[in-house]
Amino acid sequence: MADRKALAHLLRRATFGPTAEEVDAAERAGADATLDALLDPAAEDAGAARTPVPKLPVMLNDKTDRAAQIRTVGYWWLDRMVQAEHQLHEKLTFFWHGHWATSADKVKSGALMLGQQQTLARTGLGDFGTMVRAMLRDPALIIWLDGQRNTVKAPNENLARELMELFTLGVGHYTEQDVREGARALTGWVIDTTTGTASLNAKRHDDKPKTILGRTGTFDADSFAALLLAQPASPEFIARRLWLRYCGDNPIPEPALAEAKRQPTTAAMLRVLLLADGHAELVKQPVEWLAGALRQLGLRPGDMPENQRKQLQSGLNQLGQVPLRPPSVGGWPAGAAWLTTSATQARLKMAQLLAGKAPQPVLDRLGAAPQAQRVDALARLLVVDAFTDRTRAALTPAAGDPRKLLALGLASPEYAIQ
Amino acid sequence: MDTVTRRKFLITSGVVGGAALAAGSAWTLRDVFDTATWDDRPGDAKTLVLVTLYGGNDGLANVIPFAEKGYREARNELAYSAEEVIKLNDTVGLNPGLAGFKRMFDQKKLAVIRGVGYPKPDHSHFRSMDIWQTAQPDRPGNTGWLGRWLDTFGGDPRHAVSFEPVLPPLLAGATSAGAAVPVTGLALPNGVQTATLEKFGATSAGEPALQARAARAFADLVSVDTLIHSVDSDTDDEPEQAGGTGTGGRSDLKAQLDLVARCVEANVATRVFSVSLGGFDLHAEERDSQESLLKRLDEALTGFAERMAKTEAGRKVVVAVYSEFGRRVAANGSDGTDHGTASNMFLLGSPVKGGLYGEQPSLSDLDNGDLKFTTDFRSVYATLLKDVLDADPQQVLGYDRAFPGLL
Repeated sequence: MADRKALAHLLRRATFGPTAEEVDAAERAGADATLDALLDPAAEDAGAARTPVPKLPVMLNDKTDRAAQIRTVGYWWLDRMVQAEHQLHEKLTFFWHGHWATSADKVKSGALMLGQQQTLARTGLGDFGTMVRAMLRDPALIIWLDGQRNTVKAPNENLARELMELFTLGVGHYTEQDVREGARALTGWVIDTTTGTASLNAKRHDDKPKTILGRTGTFDADSFAALLLAQPASPEFIARRLWLRYCGDNPIPEPALAEAKRQPTTAAMLRVLLLADGHAELVKQPVEWLAGALRQLGLRPGDMPENQRKQLQSGLNQLGQVPLRPPSVGGWPAGAAWLTTSATQARLKMAQLLAGKAPQPVLDRLGAAPQAQRVDALARLLVVDAFTDRTRAALTPAAGDPRKLLALGLASPEYAIQ
Repeated sequence: MDTVTRRKFLITSGVVGGAALAAGSAWTLRDVFDTATWDDRPGDAKTLVLVTLYGGNDGLANVIPFAEKGYREARNELAYSAEEVIKLNDTVGLNPGLAGFKRMFDQKKLAVIRGVGYPKPDHSHFRSMDIWQTAQPDRPGNTGWLGRWLDTFGGDPRHAVSFEPVLPPLLAGATSAGAAVPVTGLALPNGVQTATLEKFGATSAGEPALQARAARAFADLVSVDTLIHSVDSDTDDEPEQAGGTGTGGRSDLKAQLDLVARCVEANVATRVFSVSLGGFDLHAEERDSQESLLKRLDEALTGFAERMAKTEAGRKVVVAVYSEFGRRVAANGSDGTDHGTASNMFLLGSPVKGGLYGEQPSLSDLDNGDLKFTTDFRSVYATLLKDVLDADPQQVLGYDRAFPGLL
């Protein structure tokens, strides 16, 4: 029988937060079969079917309508994260959102943000090159980094720089000259605001030769992307980014890096990293913390009234991570940055809110255990390996009140860690 | 001094440095607050308020060399005419959004240091910000310059406070770190018992470091017996942002400075406050967005400075403003500018000797389209350390050529 602790660890990282039943099922199936099923699920995603992608008009002139549309996408996405059965895919889509870190604050269109989310979902598991080419045509990314203003007459470096620094290579693998020449390769893309699509306007494109990373040619978006992807730094950069979010903020061990770099798809790369030795502890990102808690409590944001959905979003805002609104093009912080006093206070508040909404069957399951064993029942419910003595001392006095016990468990230091 | 008021504003977060975590495990905020009656602040001690502008503030659009040859040609549509600027003299003027700065300038309470930068400028927001925050242009390390100052100052987080949810690297020292206090304040949810949190706040032998950190945050929370309540700032989930790509920083500068003002007026022990404003990464349609952003900066800073001028404690406050870089000299044709190099720093406050300092970099002698810096940013830091914080710049920066005349 596979080690339950190891399987729980795997599921905590591969998904938004497993339920006890999911860990049970993994225990029966074993690690390999579990990971296979996560990466390539056999059944259609009934949870995704329950949470269909909203249909949104592209053209919205009114500021209030635009804000409402962005809110709609935010509500929908959290609901999807919680309900999706293809959890690895769903979480990976969120990973890519943090990677390409585009914010609705500048894009100002829910439809375009949703379009990008769909592109990330569609290309997230596959070949990274396909994703890069798709993203260079993504209207939201183009607007976010001023790509539509980058023309042969007036190059704008914003997209070219971040493409190299933050999306494909990392600092130190290109020069300032490469940024300037790369910007020329990306000239000419325009957004049709009525259809919400991007296309290349040949007149605005610079078709003269450029020299990028030592190679000279009439680079355009795709050949520039191909050049970047052919750099050894590129797969290494992506492997490190995945490692940071899925495995720990310690250095990636050399053998895992070498093997990850060779993989043809992101899914294969992630598989290597999830199975690699040397994982360090991770702090749950607020979205992971919330989506995981909602899953374990059997709460679906889509079933909640608008004011409660708003409370969840506002909780995420207090915790410092609102989907569709990364704080910067560098994405969200990781690790100890989430463990401030203010975040702790916000977690306490959110934990109370969630426990207050916990359905009776969940409370009954806690209550069914003899009082002395309720802390263990709580650990099982929340898929915490073990509560420390310190936390047991805090939880035990609340054992008589399952709702209170649940609130404290969600707020506990153990539950903050993945 | 009013102990309660003083307690009210000092709520620290977990520290960021690993060394700090290891060193400070037995220390809680309650211990700190218990010292609230200490008179640990010499009568003439000044306070530094450091304002970080995230995104790359275009120096040429703040203090505008409107009469200089090449300015109009380089900036095209973005250029300001002699009639549009708020003139400081016959050749330079302020952006029309900086009306309050002009008032401060006329009162000789605003110093403008032009051409501030560092050798071999880096055009990455993140790297360049690391350089400014660590003050280590060759190889940014993992300690911030004010964090290192805090290390030399006894390491008490009360002495360096940031009103941001996440501690900026500049306040992380090797053995200590400043305190991050959220603008929205802290309040325990109903029904949560302090005793429970005290238990959560204990360390458990052998637990992983980050989990221990999560526990420590509870200990910090517990130590707050008088809690901040919200200071006229509601965190709307639809923050307004001008046209810049997000590169960090807060949008609520005024709310942050209101908290600073209340802390200063309460005579807290804090010597350094860190606040920020984001949104300066204006690659396109820069002129209007920038003017409104500068207006926001201007109103927040001059409002703060004028409030500070009214109290004795406030008259010892020096505000210093910087950004990770300026913008390229030539506009990019999207009516914006790309990442550049040298820019202005501003100092405001009663102790400041106002005026124009430093040499305006030439618009014709460029380094690959960028301004050549004329003042090393560390020389301004050295002045702030020496004349505001009474510290030894050499010890903190490994650099001691202070910029003369500012204070």
